[in-house]
Amino acid sequence: MRLRPSRNHPGFWAFTAHRISGVALALFLPVHFLLLGTAMEGAAGLDRALALTDNPLVKVAEWGLVVLLAAHLMAGLRVLILEFLPWRDSMKRLIALGAAVAAVVGVIFLVQVG
Amino acid sequence: MTVTETDRPAEIGSEPGSETGTLTVEVWRGKDDGRFQSFTVPHRANQTVLDIVTWIQRHAEPALAYRFACRVGVCGSCAMTVNGKPRWTCRTHVGKVAEDGHLRIEPLRNLPRLKDLAVDMTPFFEKWQAAEGRFHPTKTRHDPLSTISPSSAKRKAADAGIECINCGVCHAACDVVAWNDDYLGPAALNRAWTLVNDERDGGKRTGLDAVSRSGGCHSCHSHGSCVEHCPVGLNPTRGIAGLKRMSLVGLLTGDAG
Repeated sequence: MRLRPSRNHPGFWAFTAHRISGVALALFLPVHFLLLGTAMEGAAGLDRALALTDNPLVKVAEWGLVVLLAAHLMAGLRVLILEFLPWRDSMKRLIALGAAVAAVVGVIFLVQVG
Repeated sequence: MTVTETDRPAEIGSEPGSETGTLTVEVWRGKDDGRFQSFTVPHRANQTVLDIVTWIQRHAEPALAYRFACRVGVCGSCAMTVNGKPRWTCRTHVGKVAEDGHLRIEPLRNLPRLKDLAVDMTPFFEKWQAAEGRFHPTKTRHDPLSTISPSSAKRKAADAGIECINCGVCHAACDVVAWNDDYLGPAALNRAWTLVNDERDGGKRTGLDAVSRSGGCHSCHSHGSCVEHCPVGLNPTRGIAGLKRMSLVGLLTGDAG
């Protein structure tokens, strides 16, 4: 019988966001390099690959990518602040601020693209 | 003095007549392959979770195994998992944790189970030793006492962590302890942090080496579950972050800091 751990607090949410966004971005990177790699065989191949980005589904995926990058950056800054700067008791407010920044970046991307 | 039915130590504060209904309490029985046993327990004013467990042992199931000593939040013996969270049961009021009159009481997570609600604390204390969580004297009784300013930054850092009661709640709350058998855990690292900040301690280099190895402070993922659950309000994450910095500085300068 395994106990269900108690994880419902901002520090763990920040860790989870960091880990999930990190894994998702790591999965994205090979695709990204594959796409860039098409340029090695001439402009036509790259243009064909880039034409895929006009697909609305890919646009949504791009938005997701931007939000993941922003969330990963913010969670990474949290770790750096926590480990390299003197302790601050406002850490939970910083987590909320980081989440807000990631959300605002997502909204700005939506407005710009839409 | 004769101890009567009504003035047993663990039931102080639960005067007869102050019953306010009943509670349904599920208690883990057995070892790893055990099961939950359900009890109906009278709910009284100012009742703690430890009172509940004691009531069950005295009135319903004499074979129930659990551990407690002081009943006042000092000894750190009575920690259990209550409705999914690790808590010190002697200072946890039932009224604050019961969900619709239900309590589910389990042993602490991340420690080997012995029987029912009792866990084997040996690995917990072995990790304190592995983290050099002991004082290394530099003077004899013939030397004058050290003069330590209570307002020095190092003493303040040590003071912030020395009230640990060794209850194991942070150890049970920590996911890294669950994932990594080698991880020393928040309590042991918090103790190490108080020692590397203690100007009288002669084991700073050994201590810093002990917590910088695999499974030491650098394994901490800064979830902060230890801080969330520590019953005496300590902040092991803060101390572990301090150890990480000190370990890095020590690596770069060859100095224990």
